[in-house]
Amino acid sequence: MTHKFKGWPNRLVVAVLYLFLLAPILVVAVISFDTQSTMAFPPQGFSLQWYERLAQNEEFITGFKVSGIVGGGVALLALALGVPVAVALTRYEFRFRELLSGFFLSPLMVPGIVLGLALLLVLAPVGITGTYGGLIVAHLAITVPYVIRTASMSLMTMNRSCEEAARTLGASAWTTFRRVTLPLIAPGVLAGGVIAFLISFDEAVISLFVVGPQATTLPVEIFHYVETRTDPQIAALSVVLIAISIVFVVIIERAAGLRKVLR
Amino acid sequence: MLGLTVPGLLGLAVSFLLPLLWLFRMSLNRGDSSGLIVEAISLDSYGQFLGDPYYWKMAWETTQLGVGVTVMTVLVSYPIALFLVRTESRFKGVLVALAIAPLLTSSVVRTYGWLVLLGNQGVVNSSLHSWGLIDEPLALINNKLGVYIALVEIMMPYMILALLAGFGRFNPELEHAAASLGANRWRTFWRVVWPLSMPGVLTGALLVFVLTISSFITPRLVGGGKVFYLATEIYDQATATLNWPFAAAISFILLGLFATVIVLYQRAIRRIEAQ
Repeated sequence: MTHKFKGWPNRLVVAVLYLFLLAPILVVAVISFDTQSTMAFPPQGFSLQWYERLAQNEEFITGFKVSGIVGGGVALLALALGVPVAVALTRYEFRFRELLSGFFLSPLMVPGIVLGLALLLVLAPVGITGTYGGLIVAHLAITVPYVIRTASMSLMTMNRSCEEAARTLGASAWTTFRRVTLPLIAPGVLAGGVIAFLISFDEAVISLFVVGPQATTLPVEIFHYVETRTDPQIAALSVVLIAISIVFVVIIERAAGLRKVLR
Repeated sequence: MLGLTVPGLLGLAVSFLLPLLWLFRMSLNRGDSSGLIVEAISLDSYGQFLGDPYYWKMAWETTQLGVGVTVMTVLVSYPIALFLVRTESRFKGVLVALAIAPLLTSSVVRTYGWLVLLGNQGVVNSSLHSWGLIDEPLALINNKLGVYIALVEIMMPYMILALLAGFGRFNPELEHAAASLGANRWRTFWRVVWPLSMPGVLTGALLVFVLTISSFITPRLVGGGKVFYLATEIYDQATATLNWPFAAAISFILLGLFATVIVLYQRAIRRIEAQ
């Protein structure tokens, strides 16, 4: 490596840009342990009072539960709808294949605010806004594309000779899929499910239109809270959420890694 | 085996296609600020938008926001991506993870972080004040400046990811080759590194532009309801003014802006590939 690219001015620029990128997360972590109740800096002292209040905040706890249940439902439904589509797109040749593949990706090109309003117009007359079912339907279009993508990638890279062997030995298409293909693409399917869960859990804009008094998701609760108040309870909540997502990623990494070791 | 796609198609029809068609039908109705919706087939709502300089300005400022945030995001993400491609550090994996980690944090949370950083008593203002550089706090939130700053940071991980993917063909040997043939650093960068990174820059730029002009949470919270873009206007018209036909019409105007940008983007790609 040439030394001229390792000069300190370059490193300084990169360090400053990293600081800019991570600043909001760092400042949220610091302020969550602050003693004062306004968004002021520097911190006045160390306390866990915001975490204690968080543990007593019914709205956030309920929102957390709602988001978890909706995310789980969305992940399962997106897998049920998306994996067969991925199989069709990667294993069979048919007319309109390209068109179909583009159609399944198209929800990602529509702004959340537009899709949210559109879903409100359809779901409100049916009376399912503010229900788990309504929220799951609302998150479906933006999560299925990811499941299709991760499942397709596994389907394209897996070794197909086992599938062919199973078929030659007389297994039906369904048995082959269930006993041979599905176990082989399990990591991709799992990753798709986790991504679907995380997207649903984080989704704020579409949900803003579809939530109701019976079921409001956590990101919407946070949005309304920040709109009106600015105390560090949100910072404490953010730290908890970041910790949870780190745990999630580590678990998946270990699970996928373990799988590789066992194979 | 089209049968396999039927459940997926049904799901997408219910959660995507039908709502959008409904929204389009709504945009043809007549609405007013009292929340009354008159069934009609008319282009009144579109006319209301296109006939008002105020909304033309809003569409222009939304485009400006998209272009401005995209350009600035490229500028601040490029050095990090280039560093990550070149580095032989043991901590490369950690550094890549750190650059992308913010994606795991919801944008509501990071927007809140920016409120803490940029507020009147925030980190930036209180630091400048304690160093004696300012007497009055600088206005960094509830205005466009704050929205730009926060959006650039929120878009950075997407851009870094796109740049890293686009740098796949990059090889440090090429830089050595250019240098040993007598090119100075500047020339090496513009003639070798930058052209090789173009695919990543273009992919990232399209992604960031599209995400920026459709972003709502950050303009809303950092703008404090005092900064108006198409996305915030759709929300206001739909939830505060209750003029659903107008909100629907703005939605399709925003989609039209999307389509225009994507067509221009594809033309630009073709022109670059032709060269």
